[in-house]
Amino acid sequence: MSLKRVLGATTALTLCSAAAAFAQDTTITIATVNNGDMIRMQGYTDQFTEETGIGVEWVTLEENVLRQRVTTDITTKGGQFDIMTIGMYETPIWGANGWLVPLDDLSEEYDVDDILPAMRDGLSHDGTLYAAPFYGESSMIMYRTDLMEEAGMEMPDAPTWEFIREAAAAMDDDANDINGICLRGKAGWGEGGAFITAMSNSFGARWFDEDWTPQFDQPEWKETLSFFTDMMNESGPAGYATNGFNENLSLFQQGKCGMWIDATVAASFVTNPEDSTVADHVGFALAPNKEGVEKRGNWLWAWALGIPAGTQKADEAKQFIEWATSKDYIELVAENEGWANVPPGARTSLYETPEYQEVPFAEMTLNSIEAADPTNPTVDPVPYVGVQFVAIPEFAGIGTQVSQEFSAVYAGQQSVDEALEKAQAITQEEMEAAGY
Amino acid sequence: MARAVSTRRKTIATAAAWGIGLLVFFPILWTILTSFKTEAQAIADPPIFLGFDWTLENYRVVQERSDYMRFLWNSVILAGGSTILGVIIAVPAAWSMAFVPSKRTKDILLWMLSTKMLPAVGVLYPIYLICIRFGLLDSRAALVAILMLINLPIIVWMLYTYFREIPGEILEAARMDGAGLKEEILYVLTPMAVPGIASTLLLNFILAWNEAFWTLNLTAANAAPLTAFIASYSSPEGLFYAKLSAASTMAIAPILILGWFSQKQLVRGLTFGAVK
Repeated sequence: MSLKRVLGATTALTLCSAAAAFAQDTTITIATVNNGDMIRMQGYTDQFTEETGIGVEWVTLEENVLRQRVTTDITTKGGQFDIMTIGMYETPIWGANGWLVPLDDLSEEYDVDDILPAMRDGLSHDGTLYAAPFYGESSMIMYRTDLMEEAGMEMPDAPTWEFIREAAAAMDDDANDINGICLRGKAGWGEGGAFITAMSNSFGARWFDEDWTPQFDQPEWKETLSFFTDMMNESGPAGYATNGFNENLSLFQQGKCGMWIDATVAASFVTNPEDSTVADHVGFALAPNKEGVEKRGNWLWAWALGIPAGTQKADEAKQFIEWATSKDYIELVAENEGWANVPPGARTSLYETPEYQEVPFAEMTLNSIEAADPTNPTVDPVPYVGVQFVAIPEFAGIGTQVSQEFSAVYAGQQSVDEALEKAQAITQEEMEAAGY
Repeated sequence: MARAVSTRRKTIATAAAWGIGLLVFFPILWTILTSFKTEAQAIADPPIFLGFDWTLENYRVVQERSDYMRFLWNSVILAGGSTILGVIIAVPAAWSMAFVPSKRTKDILLWMLSTKMLPAVGVLYPIYLICIRFGLLDSRAALVAILMLINLPIIVWMLYTYFREIPGEILEAARMDGAGLKEEILYVLTPMAVPGIASTLLLNFILAWNEAFWTLNLTAANAAPLTAFIASYSSPEGLFYAKLSAASTMAIAPILILGWFSQKQLVRGLTFGAVK
């Protein structure tokens, strides 16, 4: 009898602990970056937990640390994260390697066709979506309408680089500490490297020809780099070789830049009167092109949510992704914080919403996103996908080394020719080693 | 006359020490000041030194968004655990090297130090795979062991240096009085080396507290210490310098206070045996 009791109690205890373990299992871990829209989403996760009973643990990391961290975890199948915040560069590569769970069975209600085509293409491999865009961005010109007026010029909706250089020189005012133009010069493939690569498209340059031969020895690259360096030396801020997104944002918000060409998400920062001293005087235009070249210098990027193939909680993770990137979530944020603060650039329906159309930067953001074509980024055909990057695993390393050479030009440490020669050699060597 | 020169020298030396001290402390001071500014004031150019409206808003936001106590507790366990474990292993090792050296002792000491020369990222994948295999990812146990191992060469070296200053005759005398190995180490050697051991403990606690490669790469939600807490406030797209400064201040405050109270011990230990 007593043995039976012991057995019974043991069984009951085992069941209880199993149930407890099951209850704990419904917590998913999400790795993410500390961007405004992500932080806002963290604030609303309680609602998701209330609706579904699934708990959410956030691991927020600095962008480069996050990349290293999630790459280690996904390549070793560590299973630390159930959802990872990744970008347009990683998604197609990881999807092709089978490291991500395909998002091909999202619910009808979710309306996957509503995702902007450019975003969907960039986050897919062979037509299968591997990560859902939480917010998307392109780049565009943000400029000071008051300074432009003072300079007696008028910004066209789609200006050329020549116009930008002229306008920058006209707005540059050393006495009042105003730089005509602020652009990224900081080394790193995702910082200055992204800018100059996108800009090079608008000069007809490309990273590789169709045989994967590096193209830095071509005149288009020389023209791009020379134009950038000359313009920045004439009208850019001192020390621009180390300026990235945040440094330029800070300069622009303090009224020290006439123009700034950068991520479309910056529009909501520079027009926010709480942080920006020039909030009422900001205009927007499409990223420039060289006269006669059809392609513009704007990029395409998305912060997206993907599910690593090693996770045990793929269903719960999918539920979260459907919630966080849904139309309902956008409405939830709009209701509580206004339309200017909803995550932009992911869904077509957002740009059809009349309230959102009134947001000053909405139209230009959409136009910029639509003007970028990741499968056909520059004038001549290329064997790769990506506007401001080349979607191959080797690019992160090569892109960073090349952009370091370019930053050395901006800092006055070497000439344009020297940098391009080194860039060509570095790329050639790395690509040969990688077997291209 | 000689006295006057010495006073002048003293004044110059004091001024230079203060100058260097302030220079070294300035970034920390600036971080603390920035943590009380608004985001707009944090990036103001020219920078505002003291003339701003002090606000606790950043601390409120950081408290609201993150579970500070959990990160703090993890830091205490990781730094404390790895330091204590390291000293327990290093005392006998340093004893044998200092008092019964062999032909290879010097080589072993150098070899131990050479392990510090390998960039940590070089062994990231092997260690990561081992942790997966043993289910130790995001666990404090794995990090205590790893932090102990990376600091062990320094602990052994420091203790070895202190032990060398203790005359071997004293230990011999203890042995003559019938002390065994355990008694010799525990009751004779250790009490004499207390300042050295204390400064070793403190320095390694600080090193483990600040370690930001393994603690970021091997943790997720459960075992993340304060280094991960700071990293979570750095933003690629957005200016959150004031909040980042608040998070940094909260992360360094405990160790700063500890260092402040134990500075006498720390200086004494670090200069122990330096002057003969």
